[in-house]
Amino acid sequence: MPKLKIDGKEIEVPAGLNVLQACELAGVEIPRFCYHERLSVAGNCRMCLVELKPGPPKPAASCAMPVAEGQEVFTNTPMVRKAREGVMEFLLINHPLDCPICDQGGECDLQDQSMAYGVGRSRFDENKRAVKDKDLGPLVETHMTRCIHCTRCIRFSTEVAGVEEMGATGRGEHMEVGTYIEKCLTSELSANIIDLCPVGALTSKPYAFAARPWELARTETVDVMDAVGSNIRVDTRGTAVMRVLPVLNEDINEEWISDKTRYACDGLRRQRLDTPFVRRDGALSPANWDEAFAAIVSRLRGMDGAKIAAIAGDLADAEAMCALKDLMEGLGSPNVDCRQDGAALGGGARSGWLFNTTIAGIENADAVLIVGSDPRREAPIINARIRKRWLRGGFKAGVVGPNIDLTYSTEHLGAGPQTLKEIADGSHPFCGTLKAAEKPMIVVGQGALARADGAAVLAAARKIAEDCGAVTDDWNGFNVLHRAAARVGGLELGLLPGMGGRDVASILDGASKGEIDAVYLLGADEIPMERLGKAFVIYQGHHGDAGAHRADVILPGAAYTEKNATYVNTEGRAQRGRRAVFPPGEAREDWTILRALSDPLGCKLPYDDIFALRRRMAGISPVFDEIGLAVPAEWGAFGTAGAMDDASFATPIANFYMTDPVSRASETMAACSRAVLGLGREATGTDG
Amino acid sequence: MLQDKDRIFTNLYGVHDWRLDGARSRGDWDDTRAILGKGREWIVEEVKQSGLRGRGGAGFPAGMKWSFMPKEVDEKRPHYLVVNADESEPGTCKDRDIIRHDPHKLVEGCLVAGFAMGVHTAFIYIRGEFVREAQVLQAAVDEAYEAGLLGKDACGSGWAMDVVVHRGAGAYICGEETAMLESLEGKKGQPRIKPPFPAAMGLYGCPTTINNVETIAVAPAICRRGASWFAGFGRENNTGTKVFCISGHVNNPCNVEEEMSIPLKELIEKHAGGVRGGWNNLKAVIPGGASVPLLPKSTCDSVLMDFDALREVKSGLGTAAVIVMDKSTDVVAAIARLSKFYMHESCGQCTPCREGTGWMWRVMERLVRGDAEIAEIDALLDVTKQVEGHTICALGDAAAWPIQGLVRHFRDEIEQRIVDRKTHSRIQAA
Amino acid sequence: MNVEQAASFAFTPENEAEADKAVARYPEGRQASAVLALLDIAQRQCGGWLPRVAMDHVAERLSMAPIRVYEVVTFYEMYYDRPRGTHEVRVCTTTPCWLRGSADLVKTCEAELGIRVGETTEDGQYSLSEFECLGACVNAPIVWIDDDYYEDLDPEKLKAVLDAFKRGEAPKPGSQSGRQTSAPAPGLTTLTAKTAKEAR
Repeated sequence: MPKLKIDGKEIEVPAGLNVLQACELAGVEIPRFCYHERLSVAGNCRMCLVELKPGPPKPAASCAMPVAEGQEVFTNTPMVRKAREGVMEFLLINHPLDCPICDQGGECDLQDQSMAYGVGRSRFDENKRAVKDKDLGPLVETHMTRCIHCTRCIRFSTEVAGVEEMGATGRGEHMEVGTYIEKCLTSELSANIIDLCPVGALTSKPYAFAARPWELARTETVDVMDAVGSNIRVDTRGTAVMRVLPVLNEDINEEWISDKTRYACDGLRRQRLDTPFVRRDGALSPANWDEAFAAIVSRLRGMDGAKIAAIAGDLADAEAMCALKDLMEGLGSPNVDCRQDGAALGGGARSGWLFNTTIAGIENADAVLIVGSDPRREAPIINARIRKRWLRGGFKAGVVGPNIDLTYSTEHLGAGPQTLKEIADGSHPFCGTLKAAEKPMIVVGQGALARADGAAVLAAARKIAEDCGAVTDDWNGFNVLHRAAARVGGLELGLLPGMGGRDVASILDGASKGEIDAVYLLGADEIPMERLGKAFVIYQGHHGDAGAHRADVILPGAAYTEKNATYVNTEGRAQRGRRAVFPPGEAREDWTILRALSDPLGCKLPYDDIFALRRRMAGISPVFDEIGLAVPAEWGAFGTAGAMDDASFATPIANFYMTDPVSRASETMAACSRAVLGLGREATGTDG
Repeated sequence: MLQDKDRIFTNLYGVHDWRLDGARSRGDWDDTRAILGKGREWIVEEVKQSGLRGRGGAGFPAGMKWSFMPKEVDEKRPHYLVVNADESEPGTCKDRDIIRHDPHKLVEGCLVAGFAMGVHTAFIYIRGEFVREAQVLQAAVDEAYEAGLLGKDACGSGWAMDVVVHRGAGAYICGEETAMLESLEGKKGQPRIKPPFPAAMGLYGCPTTINNVETIAVAPAICRRGASWFAGFGRENNTGTKVFCISGHVNNPCNVEEEMSIPLKELIEKHAGGVRGGWNNLKAVIPGGASVPLLPKSTCDSVLMDFDALREVKSGLGTAAVIVMDKSTDVVAAIARLSKFYMHESCGQCTPCREGTGWMWRVMERLVRGDAEIAEIDALLDVTKQVEGHTICALGDAAAWPIQGLVRHFRDEIEQRIVDRKTHSRIQAA
Repeated sequence: MNVEQAASFAFTPENEAEADKAVARYPEGRQASAVLALLDIAQRQCGGWLPRVAMDHVAERLSMAPIRVYEVVTFYEMYYDRPRGTHEVRVCTTTPCWLRGSADLVKTCEAELGIRVGETTEDGQYSLSEFECLGACVNAPIVWIDDDYYEDLDPEKLKAVLDAFKRGEAPKPGSQSGRQTSAPAPGLTTLTAKTAKEAR
């Protein structure tokens, strides 16, 4: 640990740091534009210049200078102040003074640092440079005249996102940041460059001119667009969600979020269910809560519990699922399931459905076998972690399933179970790679599990994990990658068929055969509604999506930004979402709806407030008592060894931008589907 | 004056055959094996003793630079020699003559210097504009391979040596050593941040030394004729012979190999036929290529052409490219044109250079017309100081120094122009 | 970019062989080092400029991301991403050439070719540009046409060179004043030996 002096103060810092980091540890702020701790060092903005002893009689870029024993750093000498003023002046000479109409205003590094380190005047009398704007697609708005060429966006897209599409063309003062050819970035993480841009060159297109930062209320909460549980900040004005931004969480999303996490939020304003509906004479018509409840009670009262079923959807919060489970118990129904896709998960050991390695743990792995999963689309943040690990070298990745570009090099081993079988029986060469690895990982996706032979696939994956030494005392390399934010919460709560109960496939079967008479859909929209037959369908949720269209009674619930609720991510980490705005109209927080309905149904749920409900949840699974932690799971039995089908593993996501009721309602996500994937062009009459 | 027998580049003007036979007849490739036979340390030591300083501009002692290379060669990290033939410093055209008229001196130098540094592959990075010169150089390399002078067993020494001619594509900045490495790796020529230095992490992340053409080309002669022979020319710490380029307002612009520390006046009068219109018609001289500050006539009268003497007068030997300006010269315009050059050649990577070079040029253009306030001269000077020493590479310094030199020696002229213009416009207004 | 782009690009068999040779000069896995060479070959094949398909082809050939090739093409002065004339006429106008009359040479070119700097003649024969220091300063002023330097020029001598081009001739490159390369014009002041042996 080298010892150095920063502005006369002695400090010992870990070796390998740069001077800028050492200054931060010493509590000395160093201004910077190009430096970013998660990107490679560019050293180009020259704002972080400091004076060093020993060193040449000129300032040095602290971001690029390694710390050394006995070094003396000066951050507040006349030389340093003059250097900062000079760089500020240079950055501003060609920067337009259009702050009043710039969306970055109020949260602009250039603005802030020119206040702190600039001189407040310019001697530049010449014309300013104008740069043509670029078209980077529906998410990133460009104002390239404002660009200060820090290259953070280039480094992010190249290094973190793994799409080498941005660059700086030309040279000297004509250097321009962009893609050269007009194209949208083909990354699921592209909009993070907006956050990284220290000026208003890259701003949010959907949020353009929508609000100023000081008008917004900020709520830190959890994302539900996938099973990652990215930490987000929801910025609201009045009743409207204006934007979603990432919140730092080193264990989960670092400081990135996917484009869907960020931009599906305009879907929260469209196709909302803001009042109860009751189907009368074949048509849904608005009703009040009493009428809706009465319609349900009149059908369910006295119905044989075996003829009632409930399915929890992908965005359901744990509180609502717990209440649903308890309500079904009260009604005497064992027909409960939280696995819309029919994945063969749950029942066995907890470790059989979790991402046991943890997201941060990926960085310790040295090999991965990906089975029936497309992490790039199913969990872009997790994919970025795998890429981050891969970039460090000494990491091998093999894929069984669709051969897709995951932004790191992978060995495509095969398309389906046959290959898995070969790896499981040790005859496949990749087996050697896994065995040779010190900390191998196996990632099983829903594409491999949501099929008839899913339990056998799971068992095969488990065998591989055990045989290749992926499970030891201090390492669990077995991982299930979930897609749905609700799923692990549902599994922890045991939203699975009870004794003699039906799973989703059987519920649908029963409904189409007339054996199931009533189905309660808690935000379940991803099942084939036509198979619900003549059953009486209650849909509780927030969007007029597939479930609502089929429903006989609609109970308007709250979206994830509108309730205090718990979600458990794919690691088994429970996190609290917080209400940023109230649900629209008559809509209510979901658990309260179930609680209210339980009373007229004659099986009143025993909790009067959310605290009581949460105590009930913690009673079912201790993860609900360990908020924020990924509670490790014991290794145990799961899966069912058996014959596997020959069919290839399918990729479960056809369109990354539209996977759930919120993103399907989002105009921005629709624009991305068109622009990035070329999808749905024919579907809209107003395209272009 | 240096005698012909002590000149290294005996075919500087291409009077004789540049091919292998011609080169051999001039003593090149003469028992190179024996030089290698003396060992790596001997060569490095000999070059150190000769006092040879880098001929590309910075004047860093060559032998010392070579000794920075790791002594042991790690198999996974081969050593590289990169020869800087990206000759682009305005006023400089000496390497061109070495390459097209005496290419074997350079090729042999690659082997000698490369061997001394544990190098098996040398890249010669030649500027893209030198299309014909690159063809000659490639032909010379091919001849050397055919004759067994390069290849698996170079000159029968048992040392494997490859020489690769790599053409640039038009970018002055690639003459900066780390930009050159970037360019060699197939990227834009943007200088790297140092540390790490190339000797530790250079081409492809391997230990690399970058030397100018002339530095490498004189190495065999030093080894053959001895360090003390080379050190016998010029002043202490400024030893050897040197190819000078004399351009601009002289009667006979030319390249010439002379002794270091030759008086500037003697150099111009003896070889370039004197200043156009006579010595007294001299206005200023840029003594070492565009990057170094100019000298007024008063200094030129007596200054010596070497590293230390020129540094004492706040200029530099640079590439020893002497640009002469007679009294007819609009010296403000001459420097403004250099400012344009640096703006055009700035890579754009770091802020002070990208923004500062354009700013400086624009002010300089107004100073040419007198369209400025007197106070702007000091503001401009301040801007040059904000660029100098604040950039990733030395291009920022190079852009700043000519302007600083101009203001230092010709402030009166700039001010007069501003005053004249103001007077003129007042008269017109009246 | 409203430039008419070609639909596809492939090296001719001869150029393919040249490209192979270029790639082979660099260590394994370092094939990107050949990007400058391959772009040069491609540009010559495409008539002096690089359509996007050619850049993309080079990128694919060298396993580079296309954007990295676009960066290179737009960074180096000798590549063009839009169509050019058959002949490139480039006048060096940096200070050493400027001191010896390059401004007049620019005027001569503009007058003789009937275009301004930065333009291409209507018949597509000549593109005229100013270039930064070409590194032949003791033979200033210089004009670089296609692959050759024409040195020691004045307006008349330049006109003669251009006239020769217009007649379809290939004028002799180098000094147009008749001197021996970079030697002092009136006669040698050094290296006065007549033969190579004497020179030694």
